[in-house]
Amino acid sequence: MSGGEEPTPSATRPDPVFTADAAFFWEGAARGELLGQRCADCARLTHPPRPMCPSCHSTRREIVRLSGRGTLYSWIIPRHPPPVGFAEAPIVALIELEEGIRLVSNVIEVDPVSVRAGLPLEVCFAPTRGGRAVPVFRPRRAA
Amino acid sequence: MGAYAAIAGIGQTEFSKNSGRSELQLAAEASRAALADAGIDPAEVDGMITFTLDPSDEIGLGRCLGVRDLAFTTRIPGGGAASVATLHQAAAAVTSGSARVVLIWRAMNERSAYRFGQPLVPASGGVVNVAGHGTGSLLWCMPFGAQTPATWEALAAQRYMEAFGVTNRDLGFVSVAQRKHAASNPAAWFHGKPITLEEHQQSRWIVEPVLRLLDCCQESDGGVALVVTSLERARDLQQRPVRIEASAQSIPAEVEVISNYYHPDLTVMPEAEGVARRLYAQSGLKPADMQLAMLYDAFTPQVLKQLEAFGFCRRGEAKDFVKGGNLDVGGALPVNTNGGLIGEAYIHGMNNITEAVRQLRGTAANQVASLSHALVSCGMAGAILTNA
Repeated sequence: MSGGEEPTPSATRPDPVFTADAAFFWEGAARGELLGQRCADCARLTHPPRPMCPSCHSTRREIVRLSGRGTLYSWIIPRHPPPVGFAEAPIVALIELEEGIRLVSNVIEVDPVSVRAGLPLEVCFAPTRGGRAVPVFRPRRAA
Repeated sequence: MGAYAAIAGIGQTEFSKNSGRSELQLAAEASRAALADAGIDPAEVDGMITFTLDPSDEIGLGRCLGVRDLAFTTRIPGGGAASVATLHQAAAAVTSGSARVVLIWRAMNERSAYRFGQPLVPASGGVVNVAGHGTGSLLWCMPFGAQTPATWEALAAQRYMEAFGVTNRDLGFVSVAQRKHAASNPAAWFHGKPITLEEHQQSRWIVEPVLRLLDCCQESDGGVALVVTSLERARDLQQRPVRIEASAQSIPAEVEVISNYYHPDLTVMPEAEGVARRLYAQSGLKPADMQLAMLYDAFTPQVLKQLEAFGFCRRGEAKDFVKGGNLDVGGALPVNTNGGLIGEAYIHGMNNITEAVRQLRGTAANQVASLSHALVSCGMAGAILTNA
């Protein structure tokens, strides 16, 4: 997994919304880590994060490092109105991670004409305007 | 089935881009019109239902109408995607005896005061948490540039379109049909303004490669209200009753309102399939029994997915079904005959319910002949209405 870019004062991307149950995700992203929530009792991985496991109803959670590898599930380019915080229209995508959960993110370093479902991707990180970071994805490089 | 509930009255304000008066006034005017339509004294209202998102409150509206003794209130989360749940809950209140005369309203200065189509991220910095209306996962979208309803809808719709080879041009057939309906509906914002498929294809991209401008509903000001009471009572009132033959909500696991990305297969609409299953089971009816479908159309792809979910065509075939005039007033299945949210106005889905009522009374601007059953769906809720 890449450590990604350093937060810079010039970043304009909106900050993530912190909620009590999802703060770990954004704190991890700020450190360059893609994290998920797993039930400490039955090991079910869930996203979006939640305070109780829907399988066994445990409130014991483990925060685990995810592989950062996934494939493209769907994608769009917002044109109008222009999204706040982006100099150029981003590719917004749903990423299906190897672990079987889906994330909303961006795909970077790819020509929109070659974007297609199933494209292999890997995580990296992009800074936000308030000095935080979010996980984004780029085409997977040969290991 | 035992006792039925019925829609006894409907009312609305004009639909505009700037109402020039308060949202509470719009709510009061639409409600007054619905109660006058039914022939019920407003003081008799004892149940009130609206959206969690509606800015007017029950007490404020009750004070306008002179409501004497309110016995039942509830609000539905989910915005327009759950709009028909208001009807479902009104029917439940009436048939259970919790209330006798239920007023449903939704009124907003959505265009002139706040504009749903604008990014939900402050340009000046900071963040907005929009949780609390079934929208708790929208916060996962904002930092990535998905900041409007069109982007949230399109991100799921792209998968559907790629899976079945649906193009934006295919979606255009929905807009063209609905704008044709709006063109001959005097209440519609786009009255007298039909569009061609070429105009649809020339309208600018809102979200590539899914939605152009003419795939999107309007931002609108206005109010809509309905009065629900028992069928028995409705028979003694001044309008032909519209019976709520069946009504249902459905929110399957991991389904959510618009950032609906976490259920297993985004090429299907499990919430609408759930509504369909319940409505057909309750009523004993089938898709071929419907002579009208009012389908929530904030964006054109939702119409295609609902046509499939309700069994009007098979999965992946809606792109063909929407062509050849099938959606027209004289077509195989007239759809959104008021022009829908795209052509008439976006009063959060509620003006699609009132159109079904007008059709079943025989008073619609674009009247469907020989109509006995109409489906009204918003995705997460639906109803089968009848004049039989």
